[in-house]
Amino acid sequence: MGFIAENLSTYVDGFLVTLRLTAVSGLLALVWGTVIAAFRVSPLRPLRAFGTVWTETLRNTPLTLVFFGMVFVAPQFGIIPPLGFWTAVICLATYTSAFVAEAVRSGINGVNVGQAEAARAIGLTFGQTLGNVILPQAIRSVIPPLINVLIALTKNTSVAAGFAVVELVATGRRLGVGNAAAGAWVLVGVAIFYLVLTIPLGILAARIERRVAFAR
Amino acid sequence: MSSVLYDAPGPLARRRETIGSVVGAIVLAGAIAGAIWYAAGNGVFAADHWDVLYDPPKGQSAGAVWSSMVVRGLGATLRAAALAAPLALVLGLVLAMMRTSHLAWLRVPAIGIIEVFRGLPVLLMMYFGLIGMGLDTYLAVAFGLTVYNMAVISEILRSGLAALPKGQTEAALALGLTRWQTLIIVQLPQAVRIMLPSLIAQLIVLLKDSSLGFIVGYPELLQSIKNNASYFGNDYYVALFTVGFVLFLAVNLSLSALARRVQRRTPGARQVVVAPAANGTGPAV
Repeated sequence: MGFIAENLSTYVDGFLVTLRLTAVSGLLALVWGTVIAAFRVSPLRPLRAFGTVWTETLRNTPLTLVFFGMVFVAPQFGIIPPLGFWTAVICLATYTSAFVAEAVRSGINGVNVGQAEAARAIGLTFGQTLGNVILPQAIRSVIPPLINVLIALTKNTSVAAGFAVVELVATGRRLGVGNAAAGAWVLVGVAIFYLVLTIPLGILAARIERRVAFAR
Repeated sequence: MSSVLYDAPGPLARRRETIGSVVGAIVLAGAIAGAIWYAAGNGVFAADHWDVLYDPPKGQSAGAVWSSMVVRGLGATLRAAALAAPLALVLGLVLAMMRTSHLAWLRVPAIGIIEVFRGLPVLLMMYFGLIGMGLDTYLAVAFGLTVYNMAVISEILRSGLAALPKGQTEAALALGLTRWQTLIIVQLPQAVRIMLPSLIAQLIVLLKDSSLGFIVGYPELLQSIKNNASYFGNDYYVALFTVGFVLFLAVNLSLSALARRVQRRTPGARQVVVAPAANGTGPAV
């Protein structure tokens, strides 16, 4: 335990990078995932097809493969991503957007059909029906699964450690290699910082879920 | 096509949709064509970027390249998953039984184990095996996959147990079965059955996560792509990556199809709303 206290500032540096990765890519994934979800329920076939291919492909691809493609393969197309933070953000946001889209879509499909029929009956357009009637209701049942996606994202930021971003796991690896005697304790320190994020978020998700279930 | 959002369209709406679909398809096709044209401009489709797959340079045979990726690369990926999956299932079952026990000394440690391992990245667990426990990379990868997935699987089984009608347990206890017998003979067989699709989905996650082995230095599929590319030249990355990508998609999509098939064939599986697990597992991420 003494080791963790001595190296606290190093841990906190890594923790802040993890936080920033989670926040920035989470925000981007939220926006883009919602757009993809709208594509998947739109009346236009090409948009639906695009949304389906996007989510199904990414959901069946390991995140490591997304990083690998971005870092090693994209340069072959003449796209040279700057190694580090922003490349990691792009990969994480792309990958997570598929899961956000699935969560939002199932929320949309969970709204009572009568709501949409009533909205159309009073003459609202597709955009208005979606924006003013369906989404505000869907959001409520979508929040708990979205928090779970966010928790998964928090853990997934660790993959960036393999691609030159010094976040929590990479920090732990450095400290662990430099202090072999401290061994497992170094990584226990890393674990604590992750749990500080993931366990409260999980409790929050469970609580919101119970309240929404009650309101329904 | 009818959904929450729109009725079956009338003639006017159908015409508008057709026009929209055609325009959308043209825009999409244009974007794809532009991307292909741009990629071709970088020489990505030239034969000297792809011949590694059928006539590799440096006097190597195509068979050697393919076997290095499919047999050794994908083989190593599957081997790690094949060790971790049964272990995670068995340990997950044990944890689920402990977690639902009415004995506090069994239940409390189970809750602790589940909550901790579910909240940690798989990669960290692999490093724990590697640095903390001094395992080799194969065992470290399998260790990381096992401890994370056993926690998730135990939660899946628990929600399966919770979804059973109360009458099942009550009837079993009324017949004079002990709690243990009730769990083993009555509850678990039903819980496993209704959660089978979720269990298969979790095994797909396990398989996907085995590619994290690349980061800890386990020689799996991605590593073999990288080795081939550094031996034959970076120009071959596109071809090699395409093969690896297709292999992953093929394995995962066929497992997904299996999950859907099982779901269709399992009576009662659809009625159970698979509640997003409370702590950070949720959908198969």
